[in-house]
Order: sequence, then structure tokens, then C-alpha cells
Amino acid sequence: MDLKIHAPPPTTAERTAVDELLGPPAVVAHADRVRRGGPQVTRRDLLLPALHALQDRVGFLSEGGLGYVCERLRVPPADAFGVASFYALWSTVPIAPTVVHVCDDIACRRGGEALVTELGAALGPSGTNGGQTWKRSPCLGLCEQAPAAYVTRAGSPVFRTAFGNATITKIQAAFGGEDQSPSREGLSHFVPQTGSPGLKLLGRVGRLDPVDLDAHLGDGAFAGLQRALSIGPAAVRTEISGSGLTGRGGAAFPTGRKWDAVAAAPAQPHYLCCNADESEPGTFKDRVLMEWDPYAVLEGIAIAAFATGVEHAFIYIRGEYPLAEARLTEAIRRATARGLLGARLAGSGPPLTISVRRGAGAYICGEETALFESIEGKRGEPRSKPPFPVHVGLFGKPTLVNNVETLVNVPLILREGAASFAAVGGGASTGPKLFCVSGAVGRPGLYELPFGVTLREVLAVAGGTPRGLRSLLLGGAAGTFVGEEALDTPLTLEGTRKIGASLGSAVVMVFDHTSEPLDVIRRIAQFFRDESCGKCVPCRVGTQRLEELVARRLRGQPREGDELLREELGQAMRDASICGLGQTAHLAIDSGLRRLNPLPELAK
Amino acid sequence: MNPDEINEPIWKVPPPRASVMPARPPDPACQTITLQIDGRTVTVPAGTTLLQAASRLGLRIPTLCWAPTLTPINACRICVVEVEGARTLAPACARPAEAGMVVQTGSERVRLSRKLVLELLASSVALDRAPELLRLIQEYGADPERFGPSAAPADRRDARHAGHHHVGDGATAETVAQPVKVDNSLYVRDYARCVLCYKCVEACGTDAQHTFAITIAGRGFDARVSTEWDAPLPEGACVYCGNCINVCPTGALVFRTEHELREAGSWAPERQQETDTICPFCGVGCTLRVKVQDDKLVSVTSPPEVDVTGGNLCVKGRFGTSYVNG
Repeated sequence: MDLKIHAPPPTTAERTAVDELLGPPAVVAHADRVRRGGPQVTRRDLLLPALHALQDRVGFLSEGGLGYVCERLRVPPADAFGVASFYALWSTVPIAPTVVHVCDDIACRRGGEALVTELGAALGPSGTNGGQTWKRSPCLGLCEQAPAAYVTRAGSPVFRTAFGNATITKIQAAFGGEDQSPSREGLSHFVPQTGSPGLKLLGRVGRLDPVDLDAHLGDGAFAGLQRALSIGPAAVRTEISGSGLTGRGGAAFPTGRKWDAVAAAPAQPHYLCCNADESEPGTFKDRVLMEWDPYAVLEGIAIAAFATGVEHAFIYIRGEYPLAEARLTEAIRRATARGLLGARLAGSGPPLTISVRRGAGAYICGEETALFESIEGKRGEPRSKPPFPVHVGLFGKPTLVNNVETLVNVPLILREGAASFAAVGGGASTGPKLFCVSGAVGRPGLYELPFGVTLREVLAVAGGTPRGLRSLLLGGAAGTFVGEEALDTPLTLEGTRKIGASLGSAVVMVFDHTSEPLDVIRRIAQFFRDESCGKCVPCRVGTQRLEELVARRLRGQPREGDELLREELGQAMRDASICGLGQTAHLAIDSGLRRLNPLPELAK
Repeated sequence: MNPDEINEPIWKVPPPRASVMPARPPDPACQTITLQIDGRTVTVPAGTTLLQAASRLGLRIPTLCWAPTLTPINACRICVVEVEGARTLAPACARPAEAGMVVQTGSERVRLSRKLVLELLASSVALDRAPELLRLIQEYGADPERFGPSAAPADRRDARHAGHHHVGDGATAETVAQPVKVDNSLYVRDYARCVLCYKCVEACGTDAQHTFAITIAGRGFDARVSTEWDAPLPEGACVYCGNCINVCPTGALVFRTEHELREAGSWAPERQQETDTICPFCGVGCTLRVKVQDDKLVSVTSPPEVDVTGGNLCVKGRFGTSYVNG
């Protein structure tokens, strides 16, 4: 392939940013080029990191900068542009170097709108090319501290901070480079159980300095890994299967079965991806775990890698989680320096390298095959399944994909044994579970409760519903609206299924009587319209048509036939979309609209 | 060996001769599987797709983004079929047949999804030059009007930013309408007719030409076929092989000659004639299918079923024969 790059030369800052990541360009002698039959084999998977380097340094992706990345990585410019224009956090037009992304998603709806209005008055319209600007953002995973904001200031080094309870004052402080992330002392506001005895997943959260390795080792960190190494991979997999652990990302696939399939896959090497692209509106559990107990995530990855023959693991973390990324990166550095990771797991096991990869603003990349594409340096478009990732995954090799919370359960199972884990809850819902409670409750926050608790009990722990209860959104934007009739439902996979809902990522978002249900539903429709990758017709056009349908309803002017249209469109999206995004995009909208009665008068 | 350590040209070091003839790999065609499609049993070699298996039974499954010469991308979802026991429908073009599968190619669920796919496409894209799709719209009773009147063409679709869009009021149905891109003398890109089947991107990329001049840019409803930075074709990597035109199913990519005749209102299929001939330029001998109207050559294609081309040509065969017009 001959590259045709017509771009102007990069600026010095752009060249430096890319060279810092990729190293200085190698000078290849003509004879060497002839002998190798062309330029050196390149690392396409470094395309996203390279584009991040540009965006971080100069605040947008210029023709010159992208052209230089193409030249260094031997990627066709059109291809790279397709990738650059896919991700929402990158700008392909010049924009102010300091940007605040304001969440106006369902949990932050009101506060976010107010902030946007204020920012508009102070900084002018969104996306200007001056000193500072603002943009609307989908859920930032700080729903318990609504409204949320994420500030990025390009430069060397880049400054990024995401924070809740956002105000103009806090945003301005962040513009000035002041870190706004919550302190350990303030954490008990958002993780109210902090320090309570008997916590299995949140035990160290807020109690220990999150990156202090000694403190964590003293508290039992990596004991699960030690036991795993002593009993061997097969016995570890038996433990996980015996525990009944199911995936905590939303699909609830039996973890042990996935591990067995990867371990048995003949192709080599095997890879592991820790799915930390938590972007489901209303979900923030993985962020809290990564920020406040990164070693538990690493230990889970290490055990999973050991049990499935993986020597290279990736953590794909969403771009809006700068603190979690920094803590995990630091934890990996310290654990590697201590000999827990790297050449030999815990000094005696097989090698394990863990790489952190940053997403760039794409909900779809939480879909496992889209996540592979993204790590490989491509647009985050899902692949067709089968073949399944356990056989053909990242770089075409057998790959284990587990969610952060799932992996944090793993050390616990190894420490306490499968039987004690399985004794909590029952059926496909065993063990402790994290619930993301937000909205109109007394104490929004992250709660650890045993599987089997009812919705009523969860609300009680979270301080009840002092301002009344209009409806609840279970499972996030891809979930279901329920009402008071569901309060005695056990929040298990089986219990929620029985009432026609799903547990999803264990989102419990509460709306009181002051909420505007149609506005919330419209925002959900907008979310899917924005986040659809656009590959398949049912989702690409279907999400657009769903948004139009809800907008008509919001104006009080639905058309005759809209009900049938919604039903048929929903069924086609569920049946014929490639991936879970399109298949579930209509669920919350459907259930939300069905709860709204009576229907407004039809437009003639 | 590290290639950096080689000091002499590689052609001076012949590879060692194999002392034993390598064994012939097992023939995958020997493994067959049996499945049921629409109540009929069929036995096919392992690796056969449901689409191929169905065609063995003479069953016709509609396709749009699939082509025999391209890797299945399964984007259009028009070929979905119902596999017993599966939660969702499966794209017949990409799903390999499995032993014991029970498949329905025309169930009510299947027909509903196909109908909606057609309605979604027809409500957002100009399909009047896609006869096969128009026929399917009739066959499936699709009604694109149910989404409401079409919205006025939006400007600057190419400038849209991922994750952000203008939220309308739902009174009209948004479309991909936009001006035709005429930036070179050989072919035009009329993306108001683009169903985003990915065929042109595949043909330009790894499935045929390896030129990578175009890509899918943006995402969601704003996804579009684009060059880098939406640059005019002459400023990009395009080599004008025209293999994208050959695979385009909706007339979004057409010869400039055809475009101009249509614009002038003098495009007349009834006065056209197609003739197969051999390319006069090099020794490969590619089959050309030459379309002539009023004794003027208007387009050159190559039939995909011809082995020598697989439907692909180079710039000379595709665009270099207009000298016959004199």
C-alpha cells in the first residue's frame, strides 16, 4: 500500500507529542527498505494513543497532526480520519484548548441544564475557538453527585479532572488547573457505607490510601492471587464456576464458563480485556472501584489471566475517568516494581503485562467486540457474533472480557471459597452486588448489598424517597422504567426478569413528582441517537426515528400510528441490530412511554 | 533472525530445500453438516453461510451490503433469518451454518424486520435508482411514509461532530439529503443516495484495491462515506479504478457521463445497449461491459462473475476507453 499524505507538516508541538509516544522516527536506509519489501511493520493499535497525544497537547486534531500520525504508523489518512471522527472527545476542528464537558444526561438533567445556561452566558455558544469553551456530554458516571462536569485543558502536561456537584466556581477553579476530584475524607458522602464492617467489595474503599501498596498488602490484597498460584489454573476455574459468579456488566454471563472456554481455546496467545468503559447512564460502580481500590482490580485481572493462560491484559477505560486511569496506572507501576506483576506473577507465576488503554468518548466501546476494534486502533464498530470473543477476539485471538466489578469479585472468591460466595443469594445471582443509586433519594451513592435484597430495601438504605416516588429506572438507559408496584421485587437477575425488567448494571435511578418523565425519555432517545455507531440500519436510522417519535410526543403531537410504529420499530431493532446497543435502545423508551397515561390527543 | 542483522541482500541466500514433502492439509470440504431451512433438509460443507446453504435449496434471501466478491460486513440487516432457539435474528450472509440448525427464511418476525429496514432506508435515502430495493419495498409492503414527511436537506452533514446533534421536533423525518459531490471528471458521489452498505469502502480497501481513499466517518445517523477531511477526490488517495462504482447498489456512485446525461434529462435506458468485450490496453484481458447510448459510450463495468476481473478493473479499462467516442 502506498500512502498518499497531502497534509501540511505538523507543528512542533504536534510532532513532539507524537514522538514522545512513539519514539523518534527511525531512519531506515534505502537498502533496508528494499530488503524488507517495504516500510517496517507498524502498530496500528497505537493509533488511539497517538490521537490522544495530539488532542491532549493541542486540544484538537489538525490535518498536519493527523498526517504525521499516519506517516509514523503507516495508516491511510482516510482511515485515520474515520477513526478520529468517530470519537466524541476528539475535535477535528480547532476548538478552545480548555473545554468543560457538562453532563446533561438523565441523572444530571436539571443541574446540567442550569450549568449549560450559565456557561452559555459566560463563555458564549458551545464549541468556540477561544480560550475556554463548554460542551454537553452524555453521562459522566458521577450520577450520585449530580450535576457532573469533566474539564480538559490541553498542554504539556494535559490537565484533566472530572467532578460532581459542579458549580461555575468549581469549573472555573478547574480551568485554572485545580484538581476537583473528591478527597478520601469526602468519599463517605457518595459511598455512605465506607468503613462499615462486613463489606466484601467496598471493604477497602475510602479506608486505605488507594495507591499505597503496603497498606493494601497488609489488608489482604493479593492473598487471592497467592492462593490461585498455589492451586493452579484448573482449580481456580473450578472455584469460579462453583461460586456461580455472573458478569456484572449487564449481560450476566456465567463467568466460569467464559474462563473455561478461553482456557481451552487452542489458538495462542490469549488476551484479557478488563472492560472499564463504564458508560451506561446511571452507572458509576466501576469508577469507584478503580479510583479507590485499584489493587483489587489488578488482583482480579492477575487471577483471571493466570486461570486462562493470558500474558498480556488490557484495561480499556473510558476517557472521562481521569482519576481512575491515573490510579490504575500508578497501581500497575507499583505492583510491577514490587514483583507482583510483570516478569513473574507474585514472584513465582507466569508473566503478565497489563496495559491501560483510554477510550475517547464512545458508549458503544463497552460492547466487547467494539472494544476490541477500539484497542486495535479502529472505529468502535461491533463485529458479528459468532465467532465469539473466547475464540476470536482481540487481534483475532481468544480473549477473555470481564467487567471491572466482575473481576473485583474474583479475589474475594479465591480468599473466601466458592461455597461461601454462593451461599449469598441464589440461582444465577450469587454473592455481593453493587447498586448505583441516584436521583431523588435521601443519600444517593454506591451501595454494596447481598443479592436478593428488594428494591424497597435498597431505597431504604439509600435514605428513602423523601420527595415522593414517581418512577424508577432500573438498569440504566438500556433498562426499564418501573413504579411503586415493583418495590418488593428482589433485585436479582431472576427477580427483575419476572417483572419484565432487567438488572443491567444495577442502576436504581429514582424520579420524584417534580421530574418531567417525557423530557427524561427524550434524553434517553437522544443518548442512543448520539451513541449508535451507525453500522447497521435498524440502529442507525432506528435511533433517529425513535428520537423523532419521542419529540412528537413531547410536543403533545403524536401521530396516529405512532404506537404501532414504536412497537414494530422496537421489535425490528431488538431482532435485527448487530449488538446490544441497538437491541436494547427502545426498552426504556417503551416502558417509560407505556407508563405515561393518558395519551395526549393525536395530531390529525 | 532479526532482519536488522542481515548484512547481504536477501536474494543471495536461498531458503533451505524442504527434505520432506509437506503433507496435504485436510480438505475442509470433507466435513459436511446437515441443517434444516424452511422445513427442508440440506447438507453443506462446513463453513458454508446460511445464505449459501439457502441458495442451494433455491431459496432467495434478499441482500444489500453483501456481494460475492466482498467480505460480509452484515451492516444492512436485510438478509436476517430466524434461527430456532436464538434470541435475535441472524444475518444469513455472515452466519455459518451449524449442524442441526433449524432456520426460517420467511417467518413473520423475519418479514417484519426486513420491512422495517426497508422503511428506515427509504425514509432517509433517495432510492429511486435502486430498482432491487424498490422491488423489495413492494414485496414487503413497506411504507416509508409512516415516519412523516421528509425533513428539508440539512446543510453540512460532513461537518457533524460525533456524539452531538441538533435535536429536532419530530414533525419531519430526517434524511441524508445533500448536494452531489462533483470534484473530478470521471465519476460523481451522490451521497443522498447512499445506504451506507460499506461496499465501496471495502472495494477501495482490503477486498479489492488496497487504496484506502475512502472510509466511514462520523457515527450514528451522521455516519457517512468520506475521504480524509472530506477532501475532494483529486486531493486524496483515489486512483480512479472505479471499483467502488461497480459495487454501489443504489446509484450513489456513477460515471460523470451518466450524471450529466441525467442532469440534462437525456438519460434514456431504452436507447442503451450493453456489449461485453475485452479491454484493449494490457495483456490481462479483462472483460469489459460497455454501455452505449446513441452511439456514445456512457459507462464501463465488468461482470463480477467473470473470473479474470471479479468485477474489478483499473483506471484504464474503466475510464480510458472514451476515445471510442471520437
